[in-house]
Amino acid sequence: MSETTDISAPLAQQMAVHPAAEIKAARPAPPPPASEPDAGERESRNWRGLLESVAIRGGAVLVSLVLFGIFCALAGADPFKVYHSVYRAAFGSWYSFQNTLVRAAPIMLCALGTALPMQLGLVVIGNEGAFVMGGLGAVIVGTTWVSAPHYVALIAMAVAGMVFGGLWILSIGSMKLHRGVNEVISSLLMNYIAIAILNHLVNGPMHDPSSLNKPSSYPIPDANMLGSIPGTRVQFGLVYGLIACVLAWFLIAHTTLGFKIRTVGGNIRAARIAGLSVGKITLLTCFLGGAAAGLAGMTEVAAVQGQASASLAAGYGYAGILVAFVARQNGLGVLFVSILLGGMLASGGMLQRENHLSDATVIVFQGIVFLTILFSESLYGRFKIFQEKSA
Amino acid sequence: MFNMKFSSLLATAVVAAGSLLSLTVSAADGKVKMGFIYVGPKDDYGYNQSHAEGCAAVQKLGWVSAVEEASVPETTVVAETMRDMIEQDDCTVLFPTSFGYFNPYILKMAKEYPKVQFFHCGGMWHEGLPDNVGSYFGYIDEAEYICGIVAAETSKTKKIGFIAAKPIPQVLRNINSYTLGARSVVPDATVQVVFTGDWSLPVKEAEAANSLVDQGCDVLTCHVDSPKVIMITAAKRGVMCTGYHADQSALNPKGYLTGAEWNWSKIYSDYAQWIHDGKSLMAGTIPHLIRGGLKEGFCKVSPYGPMVSDKTKADADAAKAKFMDGTMVIYKGPITDNTGKIVIPAGTEEKQQDINLETMNYLVAGVIGKTGN
Repeated sequence: MSETTDISAPLAQQMAVHPAAEIKAARPAPPPPASEPDAGERESRNWRGLLESVAIRGGAVLVSLVLFGIFCALAGADPFKVYHSVYRAAFGSWYSFQNTLVRAAPIMLCALGTALPMQLGLVVIGNEGAFVMGGLGAVIVGTTWVSAPHYVALIAMAVAGMVFGGLWILSIGSMKLHRGVNEVISSLLMNYIAIAILNHLVNGPMHDPSSLNKPSSYPIPDANMLGSIPGTRVQFGLVYGLIACVLAWFLIAHTTLGFKIRTVGGNIRAARIAGLSVGKITLLTCFLGGAAAGLAGMTEVAAVQGQASASLAAGYGYAGILVAFVARQNGLGVLFVSILLGGMLASGGMLQRENHLSDATVIVFQGIVFLTILFSESLYGRFKIFQEKSA
Repeated sequence: MFNMKFSSLLATAVVAAGSLLSLTVSAADGKVKMGFIYVGPKDDYGYNQSHAEGCAAVQKLGWVSAVEEASVPETTVVAETMRDMIEQDDCTVLFPTSFGYFNPYILKMAKEYPKVQFFHCGGMWHEGLPDNVGSYFGYIDEAEYICGIVAAETSKTKKIGFIAAKPIPQVLRNINSYTLGARSVVPDATVQVVFTGDWSLPVKEAEAANSLVDQGCDVLTCHVDSPKVIMITAAKRGVMCTGYHADQSALNPKGYLTGAEWNWSKIYSDYAQWIHDGKSLMAGTIPHLIRGGLKEGFCKVSPYGPMVSDKTKADADAAKAKFMDGTMVIYKGPITDNTGKIVIPAGTEEKQQDINLETMNYLVAGVIGKTGN
């Protein structure tokens, strides 16, 4: 569920017995004030809330670093050297920060595939499928319309990627809406179907006969490739990701549609009673989420791989699920958590080459950091210092 | 909503606080710096382990210093790894070993770093590609042919189970050579194939192994990245096996008959020696394309296990001797596929270097299974 903001708080309170709302109520979070607070009170609460969030998240990262340090010490490495390597490999210089961004770029867009439907209360984990379908869509357009001028081809591929990915997740939303199919299971299974379609196409109808031992589609012409952000080695998809994250945040937090989406997520019955067209809102949100993941697939083929092959299903979609949860489904959160994850992944090589830790160490690191952050969520409202004095 | 932004910035700052110093590794010791990249773990009892053993061998040479990175996916991540090895570790020679690293990642990096030599396993280099890229690959199906002889003679049911990843030419060639080897000594032996669909699917591989044993196969073998789970399943079910990629005798000490192993130690030591002698791809003193089989030392056959009889050892050694002196031709017509079609007519020989073998799309008679086309 999303963070409850001031606008939706009164409505959320009116909402009766939605399971998710109950869980939320069971949390020791302070109930939002029923009456409109005056300006001064609100400012103070914002300030304390901000401080609480910074302290809890910062504390979680510190604790996770200590835990990871203990792990490294047990594995025979000097924890402080390891921290130094992680910093140097991920954030230490523009050179290494680009490595971080290279890894963050595809994950950012994929994470929106989970974050947006989550605002509706739907746990969609079909990002990998939408990513693959988006990549396929882009390749189909890019390899059939080879004579298109550069920018036209790029726009066409991006639109194809978004439509393919969007329809993929929309179908999951539709199954939920019309047939009550559990979206967690259906979206997971749809991933396997997407990968099977990919394998079928690159082995059959789209197969380039010259790709003997690694079945692939025909390549997108070099002239129509997306390339990198000028002056960097980061693929252009990062720009799409940054824009999409900001747009997603703005959509959810500052538009009427976003308010409607959050209302549906807060209590679907109340939303219906309020006269919202739940069906349309659900399908649209699912489409937008899928379109983001599909666009990630498009950038992967158009900026990096140049063709479709089994390598397309590289796990970016699954990484996106993790990022969406840690970021609490917030668009801006997705942006920063993706970069944090990109940094952790970027440090994986240095951990192996310099600290002689095993290749699984980076996964342990990732697990410790994200579990600690997720655990820290349960600490909100537990520290008196961040609470308002009761009136 | 802004909370997230600030706290994440703080998180970044905390990580950043780890140190303010940035050091670089220097290459002042005059050693040849090599980087090895694997797609999976180094101890997978398979493809990656075989390459890691090759790396360990060159590291023993006093004048080589090698860095390794394992579990690097075939995405832009491998480009970053290569770049880091060049920029941070001063590597001048790279061995990115997975097939899928080649296009576009190795080609792209090779253009960006023309002074670094890239050696790729898989034999993809051709005229027109960057000068500082070289390919190497081995005819390991020669070792598979010998494994087929040992398996067929030792099997009691004359049924062999073969678990393979994908029906691509490289894999089909191994299955066919294995079968031709088996049927050269036991003409009615059969090889039943199960394709799992991908290079590393341990659960499917175990299921396939069990079902093949249930159907009466008493020797199992495979062509997947890590044969570990198949060898262990064979041991648990009390059947025999022949290995692939690396020596897996430790996993089934009783039933391990022999195996087709890569011998990258030799190939990588050769490359290291050439580079130490000042040779290079760019100068044309190291060939861009290197291939070979048992004779050239690209592959080897695992030591025979306890269940192999002396007669079988003699038969296998006789075949090996013919490979070593170059008189053995595996693909000698007439060869029919398992649908009855003649794929190599009588009187035609397709030697190992024959380009036709690289586009193989059939399974020879004696194989139970379909290529999927």
